[in-house]
Formats: sequence, structure tokens, C-alpha cells
Amino acid sequence: MNELLHLLKTNARLSNAELAGMLGRTEQEVAEQIHTLESKGVIRGYTAIVNEELTRSTEVEALIELRVTPKRDCGFDDIAKTIMMYDEVESVSLMSGMYDLALTVKGESLKDVAMFVSQRLSAMEGVLATATHFVLKRYKEKGILIEDEEFDERSLIW
Amino acid sequence: MGMDYESILSKRVQSMKPSGIRKFFDLAATMDGVISLGVGEPDFSTPWSIRKEAIDVLERRKIVYTANSGMIQLRAAIAKYLNKKIHVNYDPEHEMIITVGGSEAIDIAIRGLINPGDEVLIVEPSFVCYAPIVEMTSGIPVPIATQEKNKFKLTAQELREKITDKTKLLILPFPNNPTGAIMTREDLEEIAEVLRETNIMILSDEIYSEMTYGRKHCSIAELDGMQERTILVNGFSKAFAMTGWRLGYLCAPAPVTQQLLKIHQYIIMSSPTVSQYAAITALESCDHEVEQMIKEYNIRRRYLVEAFNRIGMTCFSPEGAFYVFPSIQCTGMTSEEFCEKLLEEEKVAVVPGNAFGASGEGFVRVSYAYSLKHLMQAVSKITDFLERHKQ
Repeated sequence: MNELLHLLKTNARLSNAELAGMLGRTEQEVAEQIHTLESKGVIRGYTAIVNEELTRSTEVEALIELRVTPKRDCGFDDIAKTIMMYDEVESVSLMSGMYDLALTVKGESLKDVAMFVSQRLSAMEGVLATATHFVLKRYKEKGILIEDEEFDERSLIW
Repeated sequence: MGMDYESILSKRVQSMKPSGIRKFFDLAATMDGVISLGVGEPDFSTPWSIRKEAIDVLERRKIVYTANSGMIQLRAAIAKYLNKKIHVNYDPEHEMIITVGGSEAIDIAIRGLINPGDEVLIVEPSFVCYAPIVEMTSGIPVPIATQEKNKFKLTAQELREKITDKTKLLILPFPNNPTGAIMTREDLEEIAEVLRETNIMILSDEIYSEMTYGRKHCSIAELDGMQERTILVNGFSKAFAMTGWRLGYLCAPAPVTQQLLKIHQYIIMSSPTVSQYAAITALESCDHEVEQMIKEYNIRRRYLVEAFNRIGMTCFSPEGAFYVFPSIQCTGMTSEEFCEKLLEEEKVAVVPGNAFGASGEGFVRVSYAYSLKHLMQAVSKITDFLERHKQ
């Protein structure tokens, strides 16, 4: 993988100067490359990984499996695009296997999410079945541990 | 009557100095929240396919002794690996011993060669074990100090100056711990030229051979007429992140191996069996994992070299191992003062350069076997420290 992308995916807040050091390039070269990646749409955005347990948020998150009927000509794209318009929906992916679309949905409460599924998703044309799984605890996201730091088992000898 | 341990214990052992690295870290271990840059082993886990092989072996096989010199399948895999990497042919039957880490290989090589009074040339700065082992065999360690201005490479001139008619062995540890220096084919050719006219053997400790950046490792055994003068030591600890598996090997001409095997067979019998099976998997199917680790080390290496030079701890760009060796001249402190103060004031642990030989004075060893996040925290603390102490 492109080393610049690899570094940004690990920590998007590295400064151009730091990235330049790590990659053995100049700061200006790095700035230009990032600009190119952004303008080509390779980099779609930057975000933070948050341990919600430590915020006041009472938000709940659910993984939802969706079985749908693909449409003639546009397959699953049409329904996926409709679903992703909802603000509650954090992610939408087309899956291989037992179901078709995997969603992550956020809401203020369990009831909120349940209502969204029953009233919005299930009611949508082409949706055959849904299965909702609430997230109880997150351990790791995008390669980053949510709670504990990794413990270094190495002793300080050699 | 109580025991008088001083008179019970061997005078030779009692006179051995404890490792300078160890001494320093005993101090660090008494403190909380220390950010260490001191460790000399990979931060990566052993690749999963290697661990899985070990698990399968534990489930399916009897874990019995192997042949004294190690499993023939492993020796054959090493021969193939060395042929691919350094284009040297070793006979797995007669020219190879699987050892308990590179450490045992170094030990039996020195013990197998040295008579009392023989001189052993030790390139310094270097790993701490060579001189004590030489002393235990009543040999005489003769340090050869390498210079920062030569990027800590050994030069033909430095070598020639130390050779006497008692010189038996040259210890050639490249890629180097602690400096990160490497020897290119041209550098080695100069050394080979000096040695070809002599009856001196080389102990080439190549444990960091996979960790080179920008160019492939070259072994002195590759050069014309040098394989017959070389005991090549390598192992699995660094390249495959397998330090705790304790597995290494040595390759040498059959008359040498045959004698060294006697020592190995009396003190070890055979190296850990589970580790030997796992090592075959390491050699045969982990190219990709090794490549990924090296890429990651390289990013960290570039980061540290740039950072140290920027804050005034000048640092040549090391092309091997996973250490940088910056100068602390700008502080006017000795290596030990620097390390003790840095630990006290910023709780950052690096190793004093003189722990690796007198010529390491004025430098510190910084390991980058740590995550970038960890390295960046440490650099920020060292920057604060230097702002207070720079002269």
C-alpha cells in the first residue's frame, strides 16, 4: 500500500513535517501528494476514534443485516443509495453470504433504533427481512484499542 | 558455619562485569511510567503462520530431542534460504548447527577456536557478549574502535593495526547493534583483502541481516575465498520476531562444525524441537510478513534520524538493524550522565553508548522497535530535555 496512506490511516493528525520525516520526502512533496489524494477523492475524509464510554453520550449503535430484492438494471445500488440518505445510518456495505446489505445505525436509545428499523427500513420497497444486533461493547476499531493500551511484555534487558 | 560464597564461586565469574545495559535498566525498572527506547527485540508478534505451526506440532507430535545439529529438514531449509539471500552454498549435513539463539552459536564458536592467550579482535561498539565469552576461554579480547566519521564501518586500516601473530579470530557484527551500521560488498572486500593473507577466522554475526534499508545485506562469506574463513551466525529472533523461541544457527566449514558440535552436544543436546518445526515455516512462508515489518521499521528509522538531527543530536543515517545512534555532544555530558538525567527528568530510557564498548562514549542507543506513537512521545520529551541542557 501507498506508505503515505498507510500512515494517515494509522494517524490522520500527523503533521506534514512529521510525515515528510517518516517518508524521507520534503514537506512540500507531502502537502502536494495529500492534496492530490484529496482532490482525486482517494481520501474521503478524516475522523476521530472515540471511546464513547468516556463521553456523556447515551447513543446506541446497532449492526443491521438486510435482505433485499435487487432491482433490474441497477442491482443493489438503488436501494443502498436510498438507505444511506438517512442520518441515522453510519455505514452501508454490500455483503456476500446470507444477507445482502450490512448497516450500522446510531440512535439516542434502543427504542429509537428499533423504531427506525421497523418504520423506515422494513417498510421500504424491496426490503425482505431485517435482523438487528445491538453493539454492547467495542474493543477495537480501525486497528485502535478502545480501552486499554497494549501492554509491552518485553523486559528491559537487551 | 555459614557459607563463604566468595571463596566458593569461581574467581573468573566473579570478576565478570554485569552487562552495562542491564545495570542501567535495573535503575529504570524502579521507576513508574518510564517511556523506554531501550529494548533490543522486535515489537511485532511472531507471524501467525509460525505460531500455528507450533500449535499443530504440540497437538500432533511427540516433542522429543532432534539430531544434535538440528532437524535435517530445518538445516536444508536454511541452506536454501542462505542460497537465495546471500548466494552461498552450505552443506546442511556437515556445515551447519542449529543453536539456542545466535548467542549459543557465538559461545561455541569462540570456545571452539580459542586457546589461552589467543587474541580476538572485536569490532566496537557492538553487542555486549563477545568480550566476556572470550575472557571465559582465557582468550584476550582486543577491541577495534570504529568511528562515526566512517559511519561506524570497520576499515582495512583499523583492522591491520590490530592484527598480531596471536590474532585468531575477528568478530564482525554487521548490521550492527548498537550503531545500525552496515558493511557493503565494497567495504567487506577491503577487509577480505587483509584477511586472505592470514590464518584468521571470522565470526560474522549477521543476526540483523534481514533488517537493511535501501540495499540487501551482503555477507563476507559471499566474497572470493572467504567462506572457508567464516563462521556465519544468524537466527530467527530478529528477522521473524521470534526472540523467545530461542533459535539460531551457525554455518562453517566441516572441520570447524565437527568440533563445535561436540560442545553443543554436551551442553545443549539439541535445540528446542517445537521452535525448530516453527522455524521451517518461518523460512518457507513468511516473506510477506518480514517485508511488512521491514517497511514499518524503515518509516520509524527515517522519522528518528530526521527528528534527532533537527533537535541537534546529530545522527548518521544507519542502514541496518533497528537502532539509531545519535551523538550527545551538544549537551557536554557523558553517555551515562545523559541517560541518567534523561531518565530522572523526563522518564525516557535510552542506553548509554559506552555500554557497547569505550568507543560508544558520546553516543546513546535508541531502539525503534516501538510504535510510531510511542517514538513520537519520546522524541517530544527528549526535545524538551535538550532545550534545557544544550550548550
